[in-house]
Amino acid sequence: MPYLEVRAIRKTYPGGVLANDDIHFNVEAGEIHGLVGENGAGKSTLMKILYGMEQPDSGEIWLGGQRAHIAHPQAAIQLGIGMVHQHFQLVPTLTVAENIALGRETRRGLFADRGVMRERVRALSDQFGLHVNPDALVSDLSVGLQQRVEILKMLYRNARLLILDEPSAVLTPQEVVSLFEVLRRLVAEGCTAIFITHKLDEIMTLCDRATVLRRGQVVGTVETARVTPAEIARLMVGHELEPPLARKASAAESRDRLIVRDLQTGDARLQNTTVNFSVKSGEILGIAGMEGNGQTGLVEALIGLRPDAKGDILLDGTNLHGLSTRDRRKRGLALIPEDRNREGLSRPMRIWENLASGEYDRSPLNTGGVLRLERMRTAARALMERFDIRAPNEGVAVSTLSGGNAQKVVIARELATPPAVLIASQPTRGLDIGATGFVHEQLLNLREQGCGVLLISADLDELLALSDRIAVLFEGRILRIFPREEATREQIGLAMAGKVESEQAR
Amino acid sequence: METGELILNIVASTLRLSTPLLLAAMAGLLSLQVGQVNIGLEGLMLAGAFTTVVVGFWLGSTWLGVLAAIIVGMLLAALFTLVVTRFKANLIVSGLAINLLASGSTAYLLKVLFDTSGTLSPASLESLPTVNIPVLSDIPVIGSLVFSQSPLVYVSWLMVPLTALFLYRSIPGTHIRAIGQNEEAARSVGIPVRRRQYLALMLGGGLCGLAGAHLAVGDLALFREDMTAGRGFIALAAVYFAAGRPRWAALACLLFGMFEALQFRLQLISSTPPQFFQMLPYVMVVVVLAIISARKEWRKGW
Ligand SMILES: Nc1ncnc2c1ncn2[C@@H]1O[C@H](COP(=O)(O)OP(=O)(O)O)[C@@H](O)[C@H]1O
Ligand SMILES: [Mg+2]
Repeated sequence: MPYLEVRAIRKTYPGGVLANDDIHFNVEAGEIHGLVGENGAGKSTLMKILYGMEQPDSGEIWLGGQRAHIAHPQAAIQLGIGMVHQHFQLVPTLTVAENIALGRETRRGLFADRGVMRERVRALSDQFGLHVNPDALVSDLSVGLQQRVEILKMLYRNARLLILDEPSAVLTPQEVVSLFEVLRRLVAEGCTAIFITHKLDEIMTLCDRATVLRRGQVVGTVETARVTPAEIARLMVGHELEPPLARKASAAESRDRLIVRDLQTGDARLQNTTVNFSVKSGEILGIAGMEGNGQTGLVEALIGLRPDAKGDILLDGTNLHGLSTRDRRKRGLALIPEDRNREGLSRPMRIWENLASGEYDRSPLNTGGVLRLERMRTAARALMERFDIRAPNEGVAVSTLSGGNAQKVVIARELATPPAVLIASQPTRGLDIGATGFVHEQLLNLREQGCGVLLISADLDELLALSDRIAVLFEGRILRIFPREEATREQIGLAMAGKVESEQAR
Repeated sequence: METGELILNIVASTLRLSTPLLLAAMAGLLSLQVGQVNIGLEGLMLAGAFTTVVVGFWLGSTWLGVLAAIIVGMLLAALFTLVVTRFKANLIVSGLAINLLASGSTAYLLKVLFDTSGTLSPASLESLPTVNIPVLSDIPVIGSLVFSQSPLVYVSWLMVPLTALFLYRSIPGTHIRAIGQNEEAARSVGIPVRRRQYLALMLGGGLCGLAGAHLAVGDLALFREDMTAGRGFIALAAVYFAAGRPRWAALACLLFGMFEALQFRLQLISSTPPQFFQMLPYVMVVVVLAIISARKEWRKGW
């Protein structure tokens, strides 16, 4: 009988996102169980359900052979479940001991008994080798030490099932090593752990078994001793067949529209790595890679959000280095950002306001510094027609739109005037099949019109279906660029796991 | 007048003038620390002053008036807490509403209850009796100036260390700080967030009631429309300057009290229009606080 059993958990968020779709999964006592999946796969949601921070629409949780009802974190703590959140839940101006004991203080008269609390923290630190000064202010600690505080917080509450949501994402390699030691020790002392990550090597070295989530569903549970990283990678990015896209033969001309030379994104983690590639007119260059290998930095450096970036970015021959984002956009660079809700749209604002936000500063939407609101509305109606944005009218707030229609607003704004180069970062994340198809169509249209398209996607199927070439990003550099004909799922999977000799990028 | 005596006089009035500021600042500090800044301190004080005079007059006991002021302050603060937490109303708007409500309703009640406007000073209402601290008040010169005060002056001195102890050493106080810093973290360890918010803000309401009581019956025994004259906002400025730390907030209040005491003196000896001097304390406080708190590293410890 498994220690923890999750049965048929389903969770829909108020916005309509189906984050967990019939999840079955179990964890044996004393194992370190990996939970992997791309961003948005539903890992955090599932863990928040286990910890009582979210309630499932349906499904059951069984712990130690008994049905568990976890209505709030208190209940989870009572059941011996502890969680280290992806975003730490610490109070920076309290001391380490105060944070650890928060909500469970030892009383002495009216006051907290700081001596006793400090001693308990110290004892726990010693027992598990988690050294940290109980009197230090949390705001003075490094991220690695803050994480220790979070782990101690769980242990202080006598947690037996430890959930760690992407604990390694914020750590240096040395800190990761010591985190692993700590986890092994905790398991040796009788704890069970669920370890979330999207780094395959971590799964391979730390975990006994791993469950892979994709788009809210479990696509498999594997024993790490019996699989290769590439096989897990393939599970993560999916393998179901989608109808082949009608895709004309490469329209690529020899003209380079975008050339990136020796680009350093200024990522502290990925120092000393540079990126080189080019995108031709009429070409879609796909960028594959596990998340966290430099995609965000690359996109931000290209669009001008990284003042520390070094290197040349040539757009139709003009060097964009040092130009503001606005100037880059004026010269024909367009972006579909990874997180449309945070970076792509202003959700409380209306559709027409969002659509106008690309060109509000020039004629015809702006004459002599005066915004022409009526023209904006008219232009918005035309764009809604052209890009099939389904909404009652142009005056509704973007926050009321479905994911697909919201993304169409982004696309309509970016493509209103045809760009020279479009950077599309995870453009179909979280979209249904219909909206996904629409986005693909738009990208292929651009390609036919002679634009250059840089497509960054976590979905290998999408990359294989659309790209003329596929570059694999690994630890901040382009490990290899596959021409379409040579790109196979296996080879790309291997490269994504870093298992390929570096080859000069073509 | 001798210089020595002049200085002592200024010290004495500094202490008296900073009392309502100290009390209101501790209230503001509690609200800041729990993450729901209350800009309605001014209104709470005014309501407290009015209540003290009216209830004190009706019941024939100044002390019962003070008690009523505390209760009214707490009730208004509870209302504020309700709208900003339960109904998620905007903090600024809700605080302003308290101020407007207090200012308007006291003037209105003055009219309907006493058929007067401007000032209410019932002849039968006595101000709080001066309290001499045994032994200390016998110290020559200083004793009679510093340790012979209206009782709420001593209360305000006590409230500074008590607020500090409460926030930094007691369990509910620690929870209050945790909520203000990271409400979700507080929630995730099972702290009763709502209850603590009421606690912090209602304690503040009580303190503001006391501050108002001191304005009304600390020295004379009267209520004047808008007699708080911006002190609630000065207290708030002191809190921000102090980055939420009790002792620095207290220091800022004393500083303002001193400028006020000085400007009264200057008014007496100069022919410049008095409004100019009345303005000075506010200007000085803004300048001094801005200069000091602009420095980095000014935000740690308590
Ligand atoms: N509070 C929320 N409200 C609405 N949607 C959410 C919320 N939290 C997460 N989501 C959505 O649910 C999906 C799964 O998210 P999450 O569980 O955080 O994934 P992961 O942790 O695997 O990256 C995503 O599409 C995300 O946008
Ligand atoms: Mg997550």
